Amino acid sequence: MSRFRKPLLAAGLAALVVAGPALAGPLGIGREATPEEIAAWDIDVRPDGQGLPEGHGTVAEGQTIFEEKCAACHGVFGEGEGRWPELAGGQGTLQDERPVKTIGSFWPYLSTVYDYVHRAMPFGDAESLTPDEVYALVAYLLYLNDIVTDEDFELSKDNFGTIRLPNEANFIDDPRPDTEVLKAGAEPCMKDCKAEPPRITMRARILDVTPDAGNDEENAGGSVD
Amino acid sequence: MGGNSSAPDRTGTSRRGFLSAGLAAGTTLAAGALAARGAAASDTAITELPDWTRYLGEGVATRPYGHPSEFESGVVRRDVPWLTASPESSVSFTPLHDLDGIITPNGLCFERHHAGIAEIDPSKHRLMVNGLVEKPLVFTMDDLKRFPRENRVYFLECAANSGMEWRGAQLNGCQYTHGMVHCVMYTGVPLKHILNEAGLRTNAAWVMPEGADAAAMTRSVPLQKAMDDCLVAFKMNGEALRPEQGYPLRLVVPGWEGNMWVKWLRRIEVGDEPWHTREETSKYTDLLENGKARRFTWVMDAKSVITSPSPQAPLNHRSGATVVSGLAWSGNGRIARVDVSLDGGRNWRPARLDGPVLPRAVSRFYCEFDWDGSDLLLQSRATDETGYVQPSKEELRAVRGVNSIYHNNGIQTWHVRSNGEVENVEVS
Repeated sequence: MSRFRKPLLAAGLAALVVAGPALAGPLGIGREATPEEIAAWDIDVRPDGQGLPEGHGTVAEGQTIFEEKCAACHGVFGEGEGRWPELAGGQGTLQDERPVKTIGSFWPYLSTVYDYVHRAMPFGDAESLTPDEVYALVAYLLYLNDIVTDEDFELSKDNFGTIRLPNEANFIDDPRPDTEVLKAGAEPCMKDCKAEPPRITMRARILDVTPDAGNDEENAGGSVD
Repeated sequence: MGGNSSAPDRTGTSRRGFLSAGLAAGTTLAAGALAARGAAASDTAITELPDWTRYLGEGVATRPYGHPSEFESGVVRRDVPWLTASPESSVSFTPLHDLDGIITPNGLCFERHHAGIAEIDPSKHRLMVNGLVEKPLVFTMDDLKRFPRENRVYFLECAANSGMEWRGAQLNGCQYTHGMVHCVMYTGVPLKHILNEAGLRTNAAWVMPEGADAAAMTRSVPLQKAMDDCLVAFKMNGEALRPEQGYPLRLVVPGWEGNMWVKWLRRIEVGDEPWHTREETSKYTDLLENGKARRFTWVMDAKSVITSPSPQAPLNHRSGATVVSGLAWSGNGRIARVDVSLDGGRNWRPARLDGPVLPRAVSRFYCEFDWDGSDLLLQSRATDETGYVQPSKEELRAVRGVNSIYHNNGIQTWHVRSNGEVENVEVS
């Protein structure tokens, strides 16, 4: 089924009730953005390298910056202090009971590492890193994840596209609905839907991790990130 | 539990601190105790003249922006500190158990920030449109208010709502298990008007909204959705967006996961391919048991929850006329029906939808029944206009395992005890 079929159908129904305003053409609102303005805000980088700035940095340079600006939260080896995110390790754990999802074990594209570090890190001091510093940090993160092994490795705009992350092939597009869906007009089961009376198999109170319930610290079940 | 006829202590002193706090904050037990039919001592709430009947209250200008009664001070957003590493990249939960109808009050809408609340001066806020357009544009807030507007009621649900429950019953209250959802009326400009103003190039296929906060949130949105029903909104429930909801400007992406509703919206780039940003690779991808992960799982499927009774909203009577109240919603359109079970999903009865039933908005349902005072296993099951029926948690886990984090729309079970207490449980 097309992903867009249902939303479009529903949008058509809504239009019967309240039609949105139709515009014949542009209204002449706003003004043209200058190249300087676009350069200031358009810092995103795509997997094909679109958006990468000029620059370069080595693993060793990255280690120095990482230990100064990143390790307090992410750990000296990217292992994550406390609950802060792990950046390295976890390869081969995605089918484990508790997967460790890091750049090396889970992320599909190196461009995302550059883009995200540049736009949003360090946490609390975003957009403070120069392009060379970001290249160096990304090189060091590759090293921490054993994706490059040479301490003298230098990452640059030119060789960026040669690096592939291990988990790139393991992402699939949304296949939902993936549970049983009623055929048109069919009624869901209303009576005697289970052979036996249900019994309780799990209680939240046993875990006792709800705030104000006396034990806020323990994360005994799943969590969000 | 049947056969226990002795009246339990109704003062709440025997309950967990959590329940007691909730009761003290908002619910009066005395009224329930006095509601019993038959001879009773006269109620001093009637026979004694209270101050509010005798003395003047405050005048009209003492509350230029009104607040709820002090007796509703327990109706607040709450967080779960252990869920995240920092309160700036975290979530607070809507107190669904205390609300009714379909509109969430602005001050109670759950929050999800990735770098705290950006406090933006609207005179210094700009929206840029660039990329595969004929003419990149910059808009001020005044500019945006010259476009034709639309008013639409939509739910916004975090992709991680109920995510902590994938492995089993964990948090005791629908505020925590289902409170990453809110529903308000947005006023804004259809995104298509803004894109058309810049002029789309023929190879345009995706847009990427970006936030002005320190997370500079970015997501890839297919152009078809952007041109269909997305709004660039500046008002919620009639007033300006709250800072924590993206003041002065946010994207509205009806029916789709909350992460894509970029707040503090400063830029929309048009491209021919998705960007694969951090929020659609590392996060908001759904890991399966086989180690593969789904990406671009945008739509929030049909879901429902009984908001009362629930662990934070216990029953204050022991039998007789009882109201089940709840919410249902679907990112794929209107809610067509909701069924309620009192026996853990063995038998179902249709619930009553009341109030507006709008596409991609929450719908309110009620189910009135005569409670015989025995234990109940309450469930609700939503069906949307596409025929999709809300699945059980077992059905979801059979397909996805327990490490998806996101998109848990499984049926919730509340265990109601004969003393009125309610607990989050799972049943066979």
